[in-house]
Amino acid sequence: MSQTSQVIKAEELDPKFKYEISKIHGAEKLMLCFQCGTCTADCPVSRYSEFYRPRKIARMVQLGLKDRILSDKHLWICTTCYTCIDHCPQDVDVAHVIRVLRNMSVKHTNLMPLVYKELAGNLMKSGFVYMIPESRIRRREQAGLPPLPKTKPDEVAKVFELTGFTKLLENSETFEKVE
Amino acid sequence: MAEEKPRYLIFLGCVIPYRLSSYEVSTRKVLQALGVELVEMPEYNCCGFPMDPVNHDTMLTLAARNLCVAEREGLNILTLCNGCFGTLYKVNKTLKEEEEEREKINGYLKEFGMEFKGTIEVKHLVHVLTEDIGFEKIKGAVKKPLTNLRVAQHTGCHIVRPKKLIGKDDPEDPKLLKELIRLTGAKCLDYMDEAECCGNPIIGVNETIPFSMAKEKFDHIMDVGAQALITVCPFCHMMYDLNQPRIERAFNTKIGIPVLHYPQLLGLAMGFTPEELAINELRVKPTQLLEQI
Ligand code: SF4
Ligand code: SF4
Repeated sequence: MSQTSQVIKAEELDPKFKYEISKIHGAEKLMLCFQCGTCTADCPVSRYSEFYRPRKIARMVQLGLKDRILSDKHLWICTTCYTCIDHCPQDVDVAHVIRVLRNMSVKHTNLMPLVYKELAGNLMKSGFVYMIPESRIRRREQAGLPPLPKTKPDEVAKVFELTGFTKLLENSETFEKVE
Repeated sequence: MAEEKPRYLIFLGCVIPYRLSSYEVSTRKVLQALGVELVEMPEYNCCGFPMDPVNHDTMLTLAARNLCVAEREGLNILTLCNGCFGTLYKVNKTLKEEEEEREKINGYLKEFGMEFKGTIEVKHLVHVLTEDIGFEKIKGAVKKPLTNLRVAQHTGCHIVRPKKLIGKDDPEDPKLLKELIRLTGAKCLDYMDEAECCGNPIIGVNETIPFSMAKEKFDHIMDVGAQALITVCPFCHMMYDLNQPRIERAFNTKIGIPVLHYPQLLGLAMGFTPEELAINELRVKPTQLLEQI
């Protein structure tokens, strides 16, 4: 979406991309999108971003602009508010299509936002996405709260390994911000 | 026969133990007084939601692992966070209804001796209050009606959307939290675009957009003269309370709207002191508001 060039070259189209995406859970109805623009009109992020347009994302997938969309960092600024899903007259799960594209983008480009690498690291170490400081744990006691339950970081790390996340972490470079 | 006391495993998630024990303290106070028994959820992990953008199966399996712990305990889950609720509720539903997904995830869980069976339910605090305790009982517990207060609500997204998966309340014009607020005697004001998202999920990659979204919300609630914003999600709360000074700096303006967790508001109406409800832990101090009640 952020590309200034609006020219589409035939050789950059992957005619099978839309079928590939439509097979994935959550993106099944992608081809029913008739480009009405409701998702973009009602998207709170589109209101404040010059680049982010869910309607355009749906069209790019339908056209087969695979490399372009998978390397577009604006995929990462959807807040997952799900307004687009609730408003789409064609019942396209727009936000889920975006999630599918994000997942695929990490594999395809070996890039992910730094924040996810940090959260994943904390999660595998502690069971929580944030490292909860000792002072917080002591303050729980002072506030009369029960101690935090013991977590099982070994099982969490196993989940990461089995589902392929660990490999993604090893293979991926990171970027910080998306403007 | 004595009425059976509702009993839940309390799922705290990550944000609450990390930053927002004020939500936990006030929830425990209020629920105990209303006769809900909370059991600590053992061996849980992050609900899984933060990993979904990178790998959907990791999210599903992390969520399913939590659901399996609850199944083992034989108790339903109560969450205080919209994100945790949405994730655990939807994954529970998907794995109950879709055999293919269930088999895939059970294949992973098997590696450490777990299996999703689909025997429990997941509820958010709002659902426990409205469905289990009920408006009448809450009304009866209000001893100090907050009739002088005018507040606005922020229900948030993942507790209501996507509608076809959650099926509770009205995502376009949410009503449950409004009704809960009105039980305290406070006025809950209507304002423009009440259903708009807090924006917090993208703060790690972009601050300008969520800050603009939050600023717009504050503008709308200030337009109608609300004295406070009431939330039911720690993640939304962080956006509006903890980040409020940064939003003020970004727009070079003064907001000064206190943001209370709903159980703090209810707790005040039930006669608890601000200290008992950890109101002093809020970033934006509701000094004026407390003087008025
Ligand atoms: S609302 Fe649905 S049909 Fe309309 S453009 Fe968006 S995805 Fe396509
Ligand atoms: S879920 Fe994402 S794309 Fe859809 S309306 Fe919300 S921010 Fe926009």
